[in-house]
Amino acid sequence: MAEAQPAVQLDHISRHYIMGETSVRAVDDVSLSVLSGEFLALLGSSGSGKSTLLNLMAGLDRPTSGAIVSNGRNLATLSQLELARYRRNTIGMIFQSFNLLPRMTLEENVELPLRLAEVDRSERAGRVSEALERVRLTHRLGHRPAELSGGEQQRVAIARALVNRPKILLADEPTGNLDSSTGEAILSLLRELQKQLGMTIVMVTHERPLAEHCADRLATMGDGKLLGVSPATRGTVQ
Amino acid sequence: MKPQDLTDLALRNLREAILRNALTTLGVAVGVASLVAMLSLGVGLQQMASKRLSQSGLFDTIFVTPKNSFRGMGRPRPQAESDKPVRPLDEDARYELGKLPNVIEVYPQVRFYTEVRFNDKPYATVVAGMPESSRNSGAFDGMQGNYFSSSTANEAILQIEFAKELSEKTASLVGQELTLRYAERQALPAASRDASNGGNESSGGFSVVPKELRLKIVGIVETEPAAGYGGIGNARVLMPLETASTLRAAQVNDLRDIVRGNNSAKITYGSLSVRAKSPSQVEALETSIKNLGFNAFSLLDASKSLQTFFKVFDSLLGIFGSLALAVATLGIVNTLVMAILERRREIGVLKALGAADSDVQQLFFVEAGVMGFLGGLFGVAFGWLLGRVITIGTNIYLERQNLNPIELSSVPWWLVIAGLIFAVLVSLAAGLYPASRAAKLNPVDALRYE
Repeated sequence: MAEAQPAVQLDHISRHYIMGETSVRAVDDVSLSVLSGEFLALLGSSGSGKSTLLNLMAGLDRPTSGAIVSNGRNLATLSQLELARYRRNTIGMIFQSFNLLPRMTLEENVELPLRLAEVDRSERAGRVSEALERVRLTHRLGHRPAELSGGEQQRVAIARALVNRPKILLADEPTGNLDSSTGEAILSLLRELQKQLGMTIVMVTHERPLAEHCADRLATMGDGKLLGVSPATRGTVQ
Repeated sequence: MKPQDLTDLALRNLREAILRNALTTLGVAVGVASLVAMLSLGVGLQQMASKRLSQSGLFDTIFVTPKNSFRGMGRPRPQAESDKPVRPLDEDARYELGKLPNVIEVYPQVRFYTEVRFNDKPYATVVAGMPESSRNSGAFDGMQGNYFSSSTANEAILQIEFAKELSEKTASLVGQELTLRYAERQALPAASRDASNGGNESSGGFSVVPKELRLKIVGIVETEPAAGYGGIGNARVLMPLETASTLRAAQVNDLRDIVRGNNSAKITYGSLSVRAKSPSQVEALETSIKNLGFNAFSLLDASKSLQTFFKVFDSLLGIFGSLALAVATLGIVNTLVMAILERRREIGVLKALGAADSDVQQLFFVEAGVMGFLGGLFGVAFGWLLGRVITIGTNIYLERQNLNPIELSSVPWWLVIAGLIFAVLVSLAAGLYPASRAAKLNPVDALRYE
């Protein structure tokens, strides 16, 4: 990697939950650098702590201990309002279940982050269509999410994540609800965005072959700990 | 979020659960309606009472009598007062009273007991002179026929009970004539006066001559203004004050003047009514009249206690009216708490997309406010309608009892505004808890929620 500047720097991060009388270490002392412009896949089985780590990087959750530095600021010390601003301006997120608002049209769903960021109304239509063009969705924009296929819905979700032009895209099992060919198409779209826009992408997945195919590096987690980080082999997906 | 986006999203959310939110809004509307209807009745009654009272001239009129008035009879007078020379209530005094600040009019009470002939039948009654100012006092609003054509016209307005005695069809009386028989007070010629009382100039005297005057009936009125106040019973035939004065009809105080030995050629009044510009000036005016050396009397204190009564009455009505609104508030809390459960995941998504806690809080707050505003709007309309229905119902009943219709409820503009503001404020207060609960939702949990 030519750019060694980390987009997110995790420094001895732990996240413990208290469940009843036992303490669950969802993330246990993880240190990791996510380099600017790289596509990092977070691999691990269910319950390995990869989603918790992603939420910490997204500023949706706070670590029990350790520091998460992004944009030169430690997320662990930011106020609730500053974290919201960080999520709004620096982070784009996509989810396994798309999480589009069912009563809103595609365009309105994509426009939502612009409303939260208080972008001028005059500017919004242009930004929305730009984002939708990037995910190659230019028709049925007045439809509701339920009227679209899973792949299309995920592309709308990606457009929504891109519309505020974030530096970092965090994806939580983005292909989990899609068939393999649609999943592949979504991943190549993510790869394309990474190249075109110079975005940093962190993707949580449990499908190693997919990760090998599209990511630059793979970080593997187990029982809340980071087991290892390795460059992807870039083999073809069967 | 910008206010426009916030409102847009809130309205969208309200539309999503249209039935539930409409029912909640209806609850607020019913609450506001009951409050507005109660208060409109209170305000209406108060307006009705104060209108009647101001028509009666009781609260802007000061009743002036000389210090030696018969009114003081039977009560021991302070020694110091009885020693002073008594100031007569004559033309000079009338002029002086008229010059006092904030006085509209000074007029004598012309009121005499006499006989009226109609269709050759005699009727005994009290006749009273009406000052010109009573034309616009509102006392003659809603009368049958018209007010006197001029202040010197030979015309009469009948009190309705008296009119009923004259004819069953009271309306047909207007335009007909009646004959007033009265005793005119005539000053004795100087010679005869000297002869009759041994040349004593100071001892007055007059002769009383029966006279007749034909009066055209121009109108019929429900109640006599200023009835029973400073007079000798209710007058049932009213005529212009100037016409009545020129009759020089013998009045009650004339006898007193004779006894006291006043010069009969010089008119003195038993009492004068001083009308102030507004009831607020009555108190100061009363003091200055007393300083001139007369007795002064007004009913201002009665008016003050009446206002206090209506304030208490209105607050009681307001409290009962608010009960329904309090129940409606619980409906808002319930609806919004349900909405949090339903929209848990959505709140998580909003937060993941960068919504701050305050954005989520404001969203729920605006939803509560919109329900309150719409509920208030409908509620004020319902409340007004309810007041109208009660008024109309009451008037149908009154009409059957042969009574005049009344305006029972009144919705002034301040009640509309206050109803709306109150509905919104109460709804916002109801939204406080749900909004803060929604804002505090943990986004990670909310996103995981299915």
